[in-house]
Amino acid sequence: MTSISKSPWLLHYDGSSCNGCDIEVLACLTPVYDVERFGIFNTGNPKHADIFLITGGINHQNAPVVKQIYKQMPHPKVVVAVGICACDGGIFKECYNILGGVDTVLPVDIFVPGCAARPEAIIDGVVKAIGLLQAKRDTMKEAAKHDRK
Amino acid sequence: MKEGIAIVLYIVLAPILGGLLSGVDRKISARMQGRKGPPLLQPFYDLFKLFAKEVVVVNHVQNFLVGGFLIFIVFTGCLFFSGGDLLLVFFALTLAAIFFMMSATSANSPYSSMGSQRELMQMMAYEPMVLLVAIGFYMATGSFAVSDIIQSHTASIVFLPGIFIGFMYILTIKLRKSPFDLSTSHHAHQEMVKGLTTEISGNILALVELSHWYENVFLLGIVGLFFIYAPLWSSLMAVGVCMAAYFVEIFIDMVFPRVKWQFMLKSTWLITLLFGVLNLVILSVIR
Repeated sequence: MTSISKSPWLLHYDGSSCNGCDIEVLACLTPVYDVERFGIFNTGNPKHADIFLITGGINHQNAPVVKQIYKQMPHPKVVVAVGICACDGGIFKECYNILGGVDTVLPVDIFVPGCAARPEAIIDGVVKAIGLLQAKRDTMKEAAKHDRK
Repeated sequence: MKEGIAIVLYIVLAPILGGLLSGVDRKISARMQGRKGPPLLQPFYDLFKLFAKEVVVVNHVQNFLVGGFLIFIVFTGCLFFSGGDLLLVFFALTLAAIFFMMSATSANSPYSSMGSQRELMQMMAYEPMVLLVAIGFYMATGSFAVSDIIQSHTASIVFLPGIFIGFMYILTIKLRKSPFDLSTSHHAHQEMVKGLTTEISGNILALVELSHWYENVFLLGIVGLFFIYAPLWSSLMAVGVCMAAYFVEIFIDMVFPRVKWQFMLKSTWLITLLFGVLNLVILSVIR
């Protein structure tokens, strides 16, 4: 356990969600669930974020935005797709403007299904993301050591 | 020799104290909102994490300027705690603030530029009061030197209640607490991403955090200076007042929403005139 797993900062992006999942994500920050217990902090800045949390499917308009935000986040970073729309497009899957889930444009690490995803499920997904963040940090360190040699 | 020890103690202990203060701050804020809140050591976890992140350099000038911010904040604190000249202390503090403002300007991003403009507004709002604090201490004790002020026969607060109220008012700006956290905020969600620190990430952001810890300890030192005088027990009183002052700041932070810069500027200057200048006028008449 190093500090990265104790201080994951979230960036929440609403793709083309119906707001159901967004409300549940924000519910995680309220006194009932209070994710700040785990040091999780909802930041609005991709350059400060460790976990990229996306709700809603990806359409032609927001695909470049999502890619841009992902590019701006410094390593190590983890992508969490929250809700069935973010996982594979959900009920909007067949729409002409929808590309599909987040995995059509980004490498998604954690899928949190549900419509809307429950706060417990979201917290569970984020805690899984924290573990992955730690693993990515370790490989990053290994690579840096390798480079130095 | 004594000065040397004070400087070393400040450099070593201030980040630890500042970090703990920030941890207590987050815990109390959470309790006020009915949440459990993060662990007490959370600010340290955050700091170490930021040091471990990938370094994304927007612009090397920015890193240099943030470095200047840290160095001059530490310099300010060292001068103050080694009993130096109050005027010099405040000039160094202003220089540090300018470095930080410039670092945001250099990034060439709309959000950090807006942040730096607002930071200038904030400096415009609090600088007059900061100068009045130095003048007030001189009029009350006959010296600008911190080492002389703490040896005076009566606590400065007796002569400077108005100055103290004025300083508490601008302390909200300096500690970056709501309602005056215009240029950057510790809370999530604000209208211009993160303002000043938008383009700062990784280890450079960690240095900014560290500078804030040094700065907060120094600012509480000024609060304490109002209460310290010759007897030794007065320093205990000063520590008590510092803690109470910080609690009041957290409370204000939780209760008030952010205001527009016009209100901040007007109200700060009004308070400065009403309490600061009036206090000095009365003091010059009775002394």
